[in-house]
Amino acid sequence: MSDLSAARRATERRNRWLLLSPALLILIFAAAGPLLIVVVYSFLTPGDYGGVKPDFSWNAWFSVVMERDFFTEELTFADAHLSIFWRSLKLSLMTTVAAFVFGFPTAYFIATRPKRSRDAWMLLIMIPFWTNLLIRTFAIMELIRAEGTVNTLLLWLGIIDAPIQMLFTEFSIMLGMVYVYLPLMVLPIYASMERFDFSLVEAGYDLYATRWKVLSKVIFPLVKPGVIAGSILVFVPCLGAYVTPRVLGGGKNLMLGNLIELQFGQGRNWPLGAALSLTLLAIVMVALLFYVRAAGQDGEKSHG
Amino acid sequence: MIEIENVTKIYGEGKSAFRALDDVSVTIKDNEFFTLLGPSGCGKTTLLRTIAGFVDPSSGSIRLGGKDILQSPPYKRPVNTVFQNYALFPHMTVAQNIAFGLEMLGKPKREVKATVEEMLELVRMTPMADRQTGQISGGQQQRVALARALAPRPQVLLLDEPLSALDFKLRKDMQLELKRLQTETGITFVFVTHDQEEALTMSDRIAVMNAGKIRQIGGARDIYDQPAERFVADFIGDTNFLDVEVLEITGDAARVRLAGGAETTARGAAEAGTGMGAATLATRPEHARLVPAGQGVMEGLLSQVVYFGTDTHYHVTLADGAAFTLRQQNTPDMAHAFTQGDRVGIHLAPGVGQLLKD
Amino acid sequence: MAKPFDIRKQTGFTPLAILCFVLLYLPIILLVVYSFNAGSSIALWEGFSLRWYASAWENEAVQAATIRSVVIASAASALATTAAVLAALATTRVKPWRGQGAVFALINQPLMVPEIVTAVSLLIFFAMIKVQTGYTGLWYLILAHAAFCIPFAYMPIRARLQGMDLTLEQAASDLYATPWQTFRRITLPQLFPGILAGAMLAFVISLDDVVITEFVKSAGQDTLPTYMLGQLRRNITPEVNAISTALLAASIILVVAFFFLSRTRK
Repeated sequence: MSDLSAARRATERRNRWLLLSPALLILIFAAAGPLLIVVVYSFLTPGDYGGVKPDFSWNAWFSVVMERDFFTEELTFADAHLSIFWRSLKLSLMTTVAAFVFGFPTAYFIATRPKRSRDAWMLLIMIPFWTNLLIRTFAIMELIRAEGTVNTLLLWLGIIDAPIQMLFTEFSIMLGMVYVYLPLMVLPIYASMERFDFSLVEAGYDLYATRWKVLSKVIFPLVKPGVIAGSILVFVPCLGAYVTPRVLGGGKNLMLGNLIELQFGQGRNWPLGAALSLTLLAIVMVALLFYVRAAGQDGEKSHG
Repeated sequence: MIEIENVTKIYGEGKSAFRALDDVSVTIKDNEFFTLLGPSGCGKTTLLRTIAGFVDPSSGSIRLGGKDILQSPPYKRPVNTVFQNYALFPHMTVAQNIAFGLEMLGKPKREVKATVEEMLELVRMTPMADRQTGQISGGQQQRVALARALAPRPQVLLLDEPLSALDFKLRKDMQLELKRLQTETGITFVFVTHDQEEALTMSDRIAVMNAGKIRQIGGARDIYDQPAERFVADFIGDTNFLDVEVLEITGDAARVRLAGGAETTARGAAEAGTGMGAATLATRPEHARLVPAGQGVMEGLLSQVVYFGTDTHYHVTLADGAAFTLRQQNTPDMAHAFTQGDRVGIHLAPGVGQLLKD
Repeated sequence: MAKPFDIRKQTGFTPLAILCFVLLYLPIILLVVYSFNAGSSIALWEGFSLRWYASAWENEAVQAATIRSVVIASAASALATTAAVLAALATTRVKPWRGQGAVFALINQPLMVPEIVTAVSLLIFFAMIKVQTGYTGLWYLILAHAAFCIPFAYMPIRARLQGMDLTLEQAASDLYATPWQTFRRITLPQLFPGILAGAMLAFVISLDDVVITEFVKSAGQDTLPTYMLGQLRRNITPEVNAISTALLAASIILVVAFFFLSRTRK
């Protein structure tokens, strides 16, 4: 290579890092750096009034899943933690499935509209998503609380005699999460359906497939990457949900996010909070890794 | 004068290295309409972009008016480009586009205004001066791109397949227009195209390129009538290639024996550097004549007749299985009406065929 | 005549989709409707009134939280957008380079890491700094918001830059424009809709944030969303609906504007 290109490339490299530096500084200061400190904190001893003492300890990680009986020193699984883990996983999965059941037909519906109106339909899906999550959770709460719209309506119609308890149940959390994260399911499914070539459906019918067969054997396999992406996009934020279970779970039906918060509030166990945070992060990373692999495989298949 | 010497451009490294330009040397004269012609991927656009400054050659030198320009960035080179997709600035009007280069050169306002008006006149776009570039047709965009590149009075104008996006009729008009502009302005044009007809009709000289190398440089007539090698003969126009045996060489002429046994004379022996023995003879379809069987130097079966209006193409399968195409002007009194399936002869006048190096 | 066979039809899909749209908007619409309720119930309609808007308007805590929200969102989105523009210029339309993967991971970290984890990590980190420096001002919130706004601002700007015709800049350079002139006269005007879109998205994201603000804020630093979260423990009146409706309107205006901005071509 000539000296000219070498010199030019050196300048290019310098300029690149110079341009990147403001973003990198902000992100290191207020995103990546703090995350590293969380790792350190998870190996320290809790302070008396919150915070930490600089003594190394495995205790926090240990108590993520185990607990030592205060009196007998007997080791048992930390049932309280495990049941919250289990609830988080269960509710996230159920939310994902419910979001798929509603999201898939909706994406299909939008993708089969005339080209001009598709963007408008998508805008209708995206507007709620970009509005305040807390407000949307409020809206659900007002709808289902004891003196809320649904109960008032049912009472007025004479269908029920006393208000149904819907708020502060696992159902209400799930309902809220489906409501809040549904656009995240529709968006990627729609994106892959929009590229879908409907002459393939014609070919399917031409070759004697029924509507159901066309859906399951032609359409679904080809939009599967979108379905996987949508499922991950819903599942991951559900796992770490904090606002929705706090507002709709009423402090009883905690999820992981609330358990973590508890350690920094009343629990005053920052190391445990740190360890729980990293556990959540690990689960999310596994889910993302699964997604990357699934997406990668699909990519290879379509090339081969 | 642009002097390009031993310019090589290698993309990638090691095994995947690709020589886009392979030791290219050529001198382009002042006030010349010079065309780089070749199939896609032959290196013609790379060479153009090297002159413009968008590509750094791996080695070699380029001098413009005796001065080395390789050290200068594009904005310091007195050359302007007409881009293939025109690259008109979409957020500026036609006049603002044309003024851009002059403003960047720091010309006084009055001079900029005068030159823009002059350029609009030159490309006949005066009524469109205040239009947005998105509101004018492809042909008009083409004119604006030309005016914009000509406005700063560059020493050299580089044109990268500027007509390829236009439809047939418009392309014909623009070919004449370009030639007119070049004559009127006296600026050196370096024109890149893959369209041989475009190259033949406009250029003072043509460089035929393939695989990163210049294969032949010459006027339109030289290139068409005396292709230097098989690639050039094949790329420009239609050509029949015949396997022959060289019997005798006298200067540039040679006596050759055709596959059927008949003998004829051919030219190009000196240039092609063929010796005695096997060689390739190239013949243009319109240089051969179809005659009744037994009267020509070759015999064959007329396998297909295709009528084109002004002329007719005859596809003949020769005795040894090779294909030979003839093109004959249609006249009102067609003396011989040959039909498909006839046995026919092919007449080659002495000296019409050319010997080639492969 | 028989009905033509519609290849796109799938039984039950259209009703489900319509139901989906209804359910998506019904709660929001009810929320908005009851913000105009004359009574203090959020389920019994007692007539139209603006009293809850008036009461929210006069509420000093709401006033302070609104101003704080706007200040933080403005500062954070300005910071994030500036940083995102520069980063997009450095990382778009270039050949692969060493460190690329790490930089992209860093930029996208706020999207990948659950918000609660980011919130906790900021709480810990800023608590350390607060102890060391004694500073408890708004800058913690501004920087925290700027960090998680960067990927949102970065995406539309990068998309715009990627869609830009590279030959336009070459043409400018060919016409004697120096790199700075090219950026000023060609790149920046072309990029502007993307920058505006990115800034608006960042503003909305910051304005709506609850979790990170709830963890990072010092005492008395409520933004509008955290103020509303705090009201949860009390008896809910349509005043919350009125605040929500105002916030909703602001978000929707910005999002719709963003939608049309990011759609404009060239």
